[in-house]
Amino acid sequence: MAQATLAKYTVEVNEEGYMMQPDQWNKEIAEAIASELDINLTEKHYEVLNYLREQYAAGTPLTIRKVGQSGITDIKGLYALFPKGPLKYSSKIAGIPKPASCV
Amino acid sequence: MKKLIILGGGTAGTMMANKMHKLLDKKIWKITIIDKDTIHYYQPGFLFIPFGIYKKEDVIKPRANYIPRGVDLILADVDRISADENKVLLADGQALEYDYLVIATGTEIRPDQTPGMLGDEWRKSIFDFYTFEGAVALTEQMKDWNGGKLVVAITEIPFKCPVAPLEFIFLADAFFSEKGIRGQVELTLVTPMSGAFTKPVATKMLSQILDEKSINVVTDFYIEHIDNENKKLVSYDEQEVAFDLLAIVPMNMGNEVIARSGLGDDMNYVPTDKHTLQSKSHSNIFVIGDATDIPTSKAGSVAHFAGEILTENLHSAIEGRPLTASFDGHANCFIETGYGKGTLIDFNYTTEPLPGTFPYPVIGPFKLLKPTRLNHIGKLLFRWMYWNILLKGRELPIDSHMSMSGKKELTV
Repeated sequence: MAQATLAKYTVEVNEEGYMMQPDQWNKEIAEAIASELDINLTEKHYEVLNYLREQYAAGTPLTIRKVGQSGITDIKGLYALFPKGPLKYSSKIAGIPKPASCV
Repeated sequence: MKKLIILGGGTAGTMMANKMHKLLDKKIWKITIIDKDTIHYYQPGFLFIPFGIYKKEDVIKPRANYIPRGVDLILADVDRISADENKVLLADGQALEYDYLVIATGTEIRPDQTPGMLGDEWRKSIFDFYTFEGAVALTEQMKDWNGGKLVVAITEIPFKCPVAPLEFIFLADAFFSEKGIRGQVELTLVTPMSGAFTKPVATKMLSQILDEKSINVVTDFYIEHIDNENKKLVSYDEQEVAFDLLAIVPMNMGNEVIARSGLGDDMNYVPTDKHTLQSKSHSNIFVIGDATDIPTSKAGSVAHFAGEILTENLHSAIEGRPLTASFDGHANCFIETGYGKGTLIDFNYTTEPLPGTFPYPVIGPFKLLKPTRLNHIGKLLFRWMYWNILLKGRELPIDSHMSMSGKKELTV
């Protein structure tokens, strides 16, 4: 496991830069990852991020469809918030491991 | 009499009926298995039908032949499970009580969930290969097709047998080469995932094979609708992929009975303890096969390995002992790569598919993540094993827990 420094914090990440310890996450880190991905975080983004963190903590497998049904935004909206990587990028910014999409 | 009901007479349910029939005292226990129709399909064979490798009759057997004498087979539509009353309610109003229930209702394709999938082009230029009818209809189309854009597309994850779309496209490559028209066929795999198979080592090796065969791969493509008029897949972020012939893996969902019973998640899969295979909501309900929400492949091999664990835990539960058997998510899949060769992957919840030999070190005889003729023969022999060993609940010479024996530790 590698370490990375994000917004002055040292955190555990995997080889793709996904945080491995969600409790090391904070908003400054989220901003740092988002800016690397050219995403400006708004309140709506944070609603999605918090939802992802809650679901991850509850052990729920995450899919784009699941987030689309969360009531926060629909799938199109999710693409608008996190272009090109609605689940990949949102999970990365939310500080949770990359969702295991294929099993 | 104590009553065990098994809901679903597919691979997992039939296997459990055989195992529990052998195990339980027939003077005390009555086992009932419920399904809606009389045919047991050899589902792994559907893939071979469009390429003329298997014929229709190779994949069909009477369901009743595989249910042991002494187990009641009820053919009926099920309305719902009333879990709080320990009852299964049939559509005709009959109520069947149980002491223990095994849910093995599987997963099914839901083309109705994607706008345009069931449009004018359904079964004209859009086909599934996960149903008997779909595979047979596609066979006719493939026979007379002169070439163009053949697209194999995955709609949503998870789906049954995650290697099948890859196998389909490998077999299509060989099929059109042998017909002498491979040059006129453009092959494209469209997936919502970020790679051909997201487990890194396997993705790397499978991507190499896709490359060698000149198969295009479009990743991160999440289908929003199908434009029938212009024959295009359209994604949520407005990307498009045109097709002349589309072999689609529609969205998969668990059986509607699960939804009606209030026992499923948003995709009708039953929340299940991934190690004990006990339902998370009811201690006298166990779940096996594609019906569960456990994070491993929806595949027959998984049901087989899980079956040994479930048998032990169900037995423990009945006798009031703690559930000590623990499922590790073991999956083992042969992958046809065309031209009489196949490759093999073996993995579980925590260990991704790795190269090496299987099941024994050095001697194999099967090679992991490497196309060989013997792997292909293994896949063909599997049909015999399915009917004669697997369904009957007999032991295979492979441990239900994944083994690292013969594997090479490797990271990408």
